[in-house]
Amino acid sequence: MGVPDHPNISKSEAQEPMTDPAILLSLSNITKRFGALVANDAISLDLRKGEILALLGENGAGKTTLMNILFGHYVQDEGTVRVRTNGGNMTALPPGSPGAALSAGVGMVHQHFTLAENLSGLDNIRLGTEPLLSLGRRATARTRIKSIIAESGLEVDLDRRVADLTVGEKQRIEILKALYRDARVLILDEPTAVLTPQEAEGLFVVLRRLAANGLGVIFISHKLGEVLAVSHRIMVLRGGKKAGELTTAEADRRSIADLMVGKAVAQVTRTPGRAGDPLLELDHVTLAKSGSRSAVADASFTLRAGEITGLAGVSGNGQAGIAAMLSGLAVPDTGIMRLFGAPVTRADPRRLVQQGVARMPEDRQHDGVVGTMSVADNIAIEEIRSPGFSRFGLLDNNAMRARAESAIAAYDVRCPGPDAEARLLSGGNVQKLILARVLEREPRIILANQPTRGLDIGAQAEVHRRILAARDRGAAVLVISEDLDELFALADRFLVIHAGDVVDAGPADALDRATIGLLMAGQSHTTEPLAQ
Amino acid sequence: MSLRLDPREHAPLSLRLLVSLLAGLTALLLVAVPVMAAGANPFEAYLLMAQGAFGSMFALSETLNRATPLILTGLAAAVAFRARLWNIGAEGQLYMGALAAVLVGSGFLQLPAPLVIPAIMLAGFLAGGLMMVIPAMLKQRFGADEVVITLLLNFVVILFIQMLIEGPLKDPLAMGWPQSVPLLAEAKFDKLIPRLRMHWGLIIGLVAALILWLMVKRTVLGFEIKAVGENKAAARFAGIPVDATMLKVALISGGLAGLAGVGEVAGVKGYLSADLSPGFGYSGIVVAMLAGLSPIGSVVAAVFIAAVFVGADSMSRATGISNYLADLVVALSLLCVLVGSFFLRFRLRWQSRQEA
Amino acid sequence: MDILLDIFASANFWAAAIRIATPLIFGVLGALICERAGVLNLGIEGIFVAGAMAGWLAVYLGAGLWGGVLIAALAGAMFGLLHAFLTVILGLSQHVSGIGITLLATSASYFTYRTTLPDVSSPPRIAPFQPIAVPGLSELPFIGPALFQQTLFTWLALALVAVVAFVLYRTPLGLAIRAVGDNPASVEAQGLSVRGLRIGAVVIGSALMALGGAFLTMSAFDAFFFGMVNGRGWICIALVVFASWQPGKALLGALLFGAFDAFQIRLQAEIGQVVPGQVFLMLPYLLSILALVLVARKADYPRALLQPWTKGQRH
Repeated sequence: MGVPDHPNISKSEAQEPMTDPAILLSLSNITKRFGALVANDAISLDLRKGEILALLGENGAGKTTLMNILFGHYVQDEGTVRVRTNGGNMTALPPGSPGAALSAGVGMVHQHFTLAENLSGLDNIRLGTEPLLSLGRRATARTRIKSIIAESGLEVDLDRRVADLTVGEKQRIEILKALYRDARVLILDEPTAVLTPQEAEGLFVVLRRLAANGLGVIFISHKLGEVLAVSHRIMVLRGGKKAGELTTAEADRRSIADLMVGKAVAQVTRTPGRAGDPLLELDHVTLAKSGSRSAVADASFTLRAGEITGLAGVSGNGQAGIAAMLSGLAVPDTGIMRLFGAPVTRADPRRLVQQGVARMPEDRQHDGVVGTMSVADNIAIEEIRSPGFSRFGLLDNNAMRARAESAIAAYDVRCPGPDAEARLLSGGNVQKLILARVLEREPRIILANQPTRGLDIGAQAEVHRRILAARDRGAAVLVISEDLDELFALADRFLVIHAGDVVDAGPADALDRATIGLLMAGQSHTTEPLAQ
Repeated sequence: MSLRLDPREHAPLSLRLLVSLLAGLTALLLVAVPVMAAGANPFEAYLLMAQGAFGSMFALSETLNRATPLILTGLAAAVAFRARLWNIGAEGQLYMGALAAVLVGSGFLQLPAPLVIPAIMLAGFLAGGLMMVIPAMLKQRFGADEVVITLLLNFVVILFIQMLIEGPLKDPLAMGWPQSVPLLAEAKFDKLIPRLRMHWGLIIGLVAALILWLMVKRTVLGFEIKAVGENKAAARFAGIPVDATMLKVALISGGLAGLAGVGEVAGVKGYLSADLSPGFGYSGIVVAMLAGLSPIGSVVAAVFIAAVFVGADSMSRATGISNYLADLVVALSLLCVLVGSFFLRFRLRWQSRQEA
Repeated sequence: MDILLDIFASANFWAAAIRIATPLIFGVLGALICERAGVLNLGIEGIFVAGAMAGWLAVYLGAGLWGGVLIAALAGAMFGLLHAFLTVILGLSQHVSGIGITLLATSASYFTYRTTLPDVSSPPRIAPFQPIAVPGLSELPFIGPALFQQTLFTWLALALVAVVAFVLYRTPLGLAIRAVGDNPASVEAQGLSVRGLRIGAVVIGSALMALGGAFLTMSAFDAFFFGMVNGRGWICIALVVFASWQPGKALLGALLFGAFDAFQIRLQAEIGQVVPGQVFLMLPYLLSILALVLVARKADYPRALLQPWTKGQRH
């Protein structure tokens, strides 16, 4: 192999980051392609001691790819990652080796936690730090971790199985994992996505303290507010390229938003809805936990024609139970769910569809489409037994094709054609496919569960526009989202769910984020606010 | 230079055919090693096998006779695997089908002669199907893994059959051999050609393959089976009755294996014995995998596997090499086609670092 | 009632129970190691056959008893390596690969046996492991005679239960194996090799399975017969679920099963005139199915079981 002309080890580059001794980490000209897509295009970045650097960008801007390269999960096509060693020199990390990144003092907290749920927190932290063929050093490990906890304020029960910990506790275990390995650089990928506003504030306190002790932190986010609150410096990525870099002191919402989006996207503006007849009512409904589906403890609310109801809450507080019932996958254990005035007594998604309920699943790739079936099949799937698509048990392939072709055109589903397999579609196009499937029948009730999660701004606006249009046509809509910005953009009225209890928070116009945040944390209107 | 794997977006039919073909050929080539270890010339062995399987009208008839149950057990595995229902119990289902044929077709039941054959086929289908519906229900009701249960049921069924043919079903005229009372003459399948063992079971297998092909391509049931098999969660969300669809698949799959048993009793042996099937149920899995779970492909794959068995028997008689060689080819075919499926999902490419 | 008492009070009965349990202990431990790492190994049935044949043949050809044990373990490890290559490296279906390994190991064993011994009519015999008395233990009342009749091969199985339990729960290696079967991402994020751990577990686990087969030809019997494994491997796969993937419970499950099997054999001798023998022979399989059905709902399957892993993969 031709080492001399290997582009990664050219001499001029190797000198550059030496200049500033405070630099802990230096990425230079990182490029990564996935097929035709350039996920990272010659991105360079320096991180200094004691600094919190925010990496900001839309979904699909390339943030996570960049960090996965830094951590060795992906191999870059070009460019180098250099880390300052204990000796004080900058050395290049071998590509594609998480082990090398770890031993060089780079720790990463992924968006999806990388914890073994059947082990205790202590064992998860120890994992991989002791020679495999040894007796281990459990007691020593415990002592050291306790002292790290005392220093950082990352309180957590080390002996409980991770499966029994809350999301916030799991995140603390993840950070402890990195600190236990003497990380000098800590990367957090969208760490607040799963936290309440209050928990997120607690995390920021810890991060500031860690940075003050000399840790370098990279904080990946797409939320402007928290980036401005916690970081020292901001780097904005857009479409795989570095769009700009500025200190937080000189940044404001407007300027970063422009950098993130590039061109001004026509924001959908919500006009007030006109609430009509009640179409769906839940009356003191409960539903037990089942598998990963969270329990509903007490839910009473009404969805009215021509109105969008937003359901806010931290993930895992019962939203999945509500969604299951509205999707026809479950019926209440106790209490009554009335659809168009009649109680629903049998879990039958097909019947709900026939009655005019449109359902957009939370996990659209997993529950929304059969990846190995065609676009046409996936558009017809909910009504495959209806005379429109089949007769006497035989498929009407022509009708399915025709419907798919018109749907692809009307909803701008970017795909090679009706016969293309759905797994080849991007997330945004899968969501458009689902919109085409459910909105075509002019449904009277719409369940939009995380309708824009993971979509870029353009696709988001499109989804929002369609939902608002359906409402204006007279549909009753329930939007479930963890993104308060999205709910404020859509909802006429707010419900908040915490620990399975649904609280009616009233009309959106009378609410602000802080109030919703408190309700999400389980504080009711009447009790004192959190003493923090 | 480095090797790189790119996911394939689409595996064309030609590639899938090529993979199956190469898998069978590779398996045949690989057994040259044991053949040489046994002290024989592999080329001679291959030639003898080919002659034994296809060399004469008699040989061809024997091969197609052997392929008949394999087509049906292959279809049984194919339809189940398409729905990700791991039916490894075709062996037991085959015996239950055979048992039902004997119960209905040996005179215990008085039926008008023209109805006897439809009756034993229906009984065999239902008996085999039930044998698979039970594990499918245990899976739905209790979450019990159908793989282990169907495997264990194979042993239970064989013992059950032995008990019956040594007990209440024993043929008193068989001079002590453990075999059942014979089928009535009107319950037996006609030979396709006089003096050759090929029988109408072959036609039944071909028709079953055709029906299954139509089901997969053109029917709502086929659509629903595919959706359930490929993504249970999405199918359920879309309102497809997942459990009911799985039970239909179980019934069809077990039923096809049951029909294979009917064919062996009504077309070949005329009675039920505990050595009715030399592992047709297990070989059916290989047939289905070689066929890429395609119904039409199952027919071709069944003929290939049958030819290996018949050819190896004949080669074994001539050279003294153990006919377990055929089982080796079958096992290797399965593993080769499995490796081949890797190349249907990925494209292997050499590339230089610079190109990256 | 007297019949039952007689059976349970006899040391011979318990000796037989332990003897019947021994191959299952090996098999369950082997399957447990594989599955704890996230790989289902349905090759077990064939690996039993390969272990039985290879160990026996090695002894027959003069390798000595422990030489035979080693050869059997190596044969198992080899098939394990093939299974690991297909399922861990290439990420192919663990079900199909396992069935393929079973078909291959079985046919390869039969072919080898036939080719090596072409002209035997009755299976040749070897001098198998002999029961040994353990000073102290064998003098214990009741338990003593039951243990006194066991060979070193059985003691090896019992010792392995302790070893596997110790490694799994008390060492960093065990920690890593349990983690890789639950969430491979946790292992990768901590700089360990998912593939390395899984391949190692499947190879070691398969070697243990082969010892279960070798016990049949080298300790329980003294010859190799076709069809002698007779579903024992599949029973082990059911027992692992029953044992919740824990070595201690695996031992218990195997012993319970052995006791039941020994019991049905004795019951058959007592009332075999009334009930056909096949009914008794069916019982072990039906019991396994019943055990599986009863525990399946609350079984705590390793979360990553059957899930292939590619480097850098997210959930």
